[in-house]
Amino acid sequence: MAKSIRLNIVQGKNLGLLLGLAGLLLLLYSLFDESFARSTNGLISSLVLISVGTILYSERLYHGTIPGIKNNGVWLDGLSARGVLGWFVGIALTCFYIALYFYPETLGFNSEDSTGLVAFFDPLSIALNGKPATQWFVYGSLYTLAILIFGVKFILKYRHNRYQIIRTLSVMFFQLGFAFLIPELLAFFHPDTPYFAKDLKNMWPLNYYFFESWHLKNMLSGGNLGLFVLFSGLAMIFIVSPVLTYLYGKRWYCSWVCGCGALAETAGDPFRQLSSKKISVWKLERWLIHLVLVFVFITTIAVIWSFLGSNPSLSSFSRETFVIGIVVFLVTIMGVIYFFKRKEMDKDALYSMITLGCIIAGTIAIQAFSGEKNILFIKSYTLTKWYGFGIGAAFSGVLGVGFYPILGSRVWCRFGCPMAAILGLQQRLLSRFRITTNGGQCISCGNCSAYCEMGIDVRAYAQKGQNIVRSSCVGCGICSAVCPRGVLKLENGPVANRTNLPNFPLGNKL
Amino acid sequence: MTSQSPIIIIGNGIAGTTLARNIRKNSRHPILVISKESDYFFSRTALMYVYMGHLKWENLEPYEKGFWQQNNIDLLKAEVTQIKPQEKIIVLANGQHLSYSSLVLATGSTPNKFGWKGQDLEGVQGLYTKQDLEKLTANAPNIKQAVVVGGGLIGIELAEMLHSRGIRVTFLVREDSFWNKVISPHEGDMIEKHILAHGIDLKMSTNLVEIIANEKGQANAVITDQEESLPCQMVGLTAGVRPNIDFLKNSDLEMNRGILVDQHLATNLPDIYAIGDCAELRAPLPHRNAIEAVWYVGRMMGETLAQSLTGNLSPYTPGHWFNSAKFFDIEYQTYGQISPLATQKENHFCWKHPEKNCMVRLAYHPKSRLFLGINTFGIRMRHEVFDQWLNDQTSIETVMENLSQVNFDPEFYTQYEPQIIAEWQNQFV
Repeated sequence: MAKSIRLNIVQGKNLGLLLGLAGLLLLLYSLFDESFARSTNGLISSLVLISVGTILYSERLYHGTIPGIKNNGVWLDGLSARGVLGWFVGIALTCFYIALYFYPETLGFNSEDSTGLVAFFDPLSIALNGKPATQWFVYGSLYTLAILIFGVKFILKYRHNRYQIIRTLSVMFFQLGFAFLIPELLAFFHPDTPYFAKDLKNMWPLNYYFFESWHLKNMLSGGNLGLFVLFSGLAMIFIVSPVLTYLYGKRWYCSWVCGCGALAETAGDPFRQLSSKKISVWKLERWLIHLVLVFVFITTIAVIWSFLGSNPSLSSFSRETFVIGIVVFLVTIMGVIYFFKRKEMDKDALYSMITLGCIIAGTIAIQAFSGEKNILFIKSYTLTKWYGFGIGAAFSGVLGVGFYPILGSRVWCRFGCPMAAILGLQQRLLSRFRITTNGGQCISCGNCSAYCEMGIDVRAYAQKGQNIVRSSCVGCGICSAVCPRGVLKLENGPVANRTNLPNFPLGNKL
Repeated sequence: MTSQSPIIIIGNGIAGTTLARNIRKNSRHPILVISKESDYFFSRTALMYVYMGHLKWENLEPYEKGFWQQNNIDLLKAEVTQIKPQEKIIVLANGQHLSYSSLVLATGSTPNKFGWKGQDLEGVQGLYTKQDLEKLTANAPNIKQAVVVGGGLIGIELAEMLHSRGIRVTFLVREDSFWNKVISPHEGDMIEKHILAHGIDLKMSTNLVEIIANEKGQANAVITDQEESLPCQMVGLTAGVRPNIDFLKNSDLEMNRGILVDQHLATNLPDIYAIGDCAELRAPLPHRNAIEAVWYVGRMMGETLAQSLTGNLSPYTPGHWFNSAKFFDIEYQTYGQISPLATQKENHFCWKHPEKNCMVRLAYHPKSRLFLGINTFGIRMRHEVFDQWLNDQTSIETVMENLSQVNFDPEFYTQYEPQIIAEWQNQFV
């Protein structure tokens, strides 16, 4: 009897798919039926259906298979190979992001009394932070849910690989705890403090408003919690991040902790092979990432500069001291780079120097040419608003996630993330991290390059017998996992000779 | 004639392409690479991944299309039908004559056929070329059952490929132990069990007798020497490869199984060389074969000949033997010399994980205790360290003591070295 109820693989997969879709439809339905949108049971049913459906589907998908690489049919499937289904999902996701960022009222958001999808999440929001839901709460909840359920799928897929399992548990933990529960609960226990970001891992510059005047003011007037967040934020930027990046590369953040990375590595995993590996796109990446770096530094320095002028009582130092401090800090970094890299001043080091030079020039220009209400002849408010729009919304959301099925899962991380840019700069120049190539064993098959979500042509290095030290590498470890000949290993070791290029791959006595 | 005759390389595989790239590093001499198979160099070892949907064809090409022009390497897709060494020209299938300053034959291999009845029927094929892949892909929707004949590396790959598309595969292996020219029966046994676990119908000690056709002339069954008839719509012939040299039969080139070359990879004819799978060394190195149809050997011959052709005459002196493969999910690496069976001059130590597909076997000299070589399955190991140990003539004891140094598995993987060392001490100390 028990045997007859047990689902076979195909039935189980289809049932899972059906349940998941039903859950999604319930979410959609809440937009149209106001009484349903007010039903707690409706919300619970929807979230449970989505979770159970996805996990059942994943379990059936990998059930009974022998642990190993599961990439059969990736390029033969419409969803993962930019087919009709891929385009459909891409367009649907993009529409959701456009609604979320620019037309939240279509989701039911209303600052007085929300309806629809936003109201649908009220029970969960009230339970966690004591207030009705906003569109951002809805987004945060669905985002976290996606990471958790697709995290389970990813772990089932890579169950033979402990690096992948532990890394995925880590991103699931940081998303659920640090990004979602802790900030909500802190808001619950401190209902009267003004808003400031409480996700401790979401550091500047990924949190682009950390140094904005309103945010600094809110933290400073936020009691002990506010001061804690301010100082831990500063500690993350100046101590934790440089030390961890030196020891382990930027992967400690990008593929172990970061929320954007978490979504890319879990829900985005079926799309990792869609990133472009062309040299021309690598060039574009270099230009964009350095421009983003200059832009984020200049705008941040500008907002702090204007904050210092308009709030002399809240700060213990003046604009002049600040500018001098920044210039000294950046010149020191340039000096360090020059000192360690003067014998191997490659393109990357040179680009970094030019970038830093631009930032220093910009800082001095701010001091020289800015007035009370404008920065470099632009209203300071406009400057930060543009940045928030360009980076926060258009890039990370619409293009970053909406285009997963078209451009791959790490578009934002690769071309637009200022945090990844800073960590990458350090990873390339001063870190113990590298991907080691195992002597002459590479057969140029191309699996590593194809499945690199950051679009690194890993094979180009491996087939020369050279280690891979690239600023964009997030250390996800998939190149190593899919290598059929055991050629690649992520590891930390002495900084010297990380990038040595042998005349020939190991094996020939020439 | 103002323009210089190019160095012509026939074959754009790993040997020919490595040669072209390395000549260009040292010289501006014109280079022409001719292939009848593909427009651009691709990784032959990865053909399987395109069929399985892991990769697209573009992923197989290690260099972007602009690379060749940037490096001033001319490519030509054409078939060479004849060489005329006296006039220093080659003849293409369209009748065109091309003159060369040096000619390098890097024509690779072609699948063996042993005169089986029905071996040329529709639906019967090997898996070696781009065209083989295209044929198989076109044929795939019609295949429900397939028989793969031949227990080598291509055979197991073809079985895995067909299986990945839901085709029922019967795998006929002549030997009683898988790949027994290279690995031990103990290792072969582990691979056989793994093949069976994937749902492949593996038949050891079984030979192909005849392939039967249907009324349309398509393969539709295989008869084995176990007097079984296996219905199938596709037969994969993967009983090894041989040098692809048939078009040279009427030339003055000295050939045996392959094109005979000296230590500088030169043939008996002036300015003609052969590298890669098609070359047969007149004086192979100790413990090495005269023909080694392996990716790495093709690459090293290309590197070596490039030196000779750019003024730095260099003999072919490969370092210590190494190789790798993957049997479904089991990765295999080997370093140094290790025979399938222990001999008087070669003792073996073997460890296998009680359940997992992890296994190592080390060879050492019984008297001198010198470490000779290793096979490792399911545990990745460092090429560099083994190469150094082999250079330094390290003893088996030193190797065992330092075994954890060679581990190349990803971080957080369970390390089995303590178990391996404990087993070693248990057996011998």
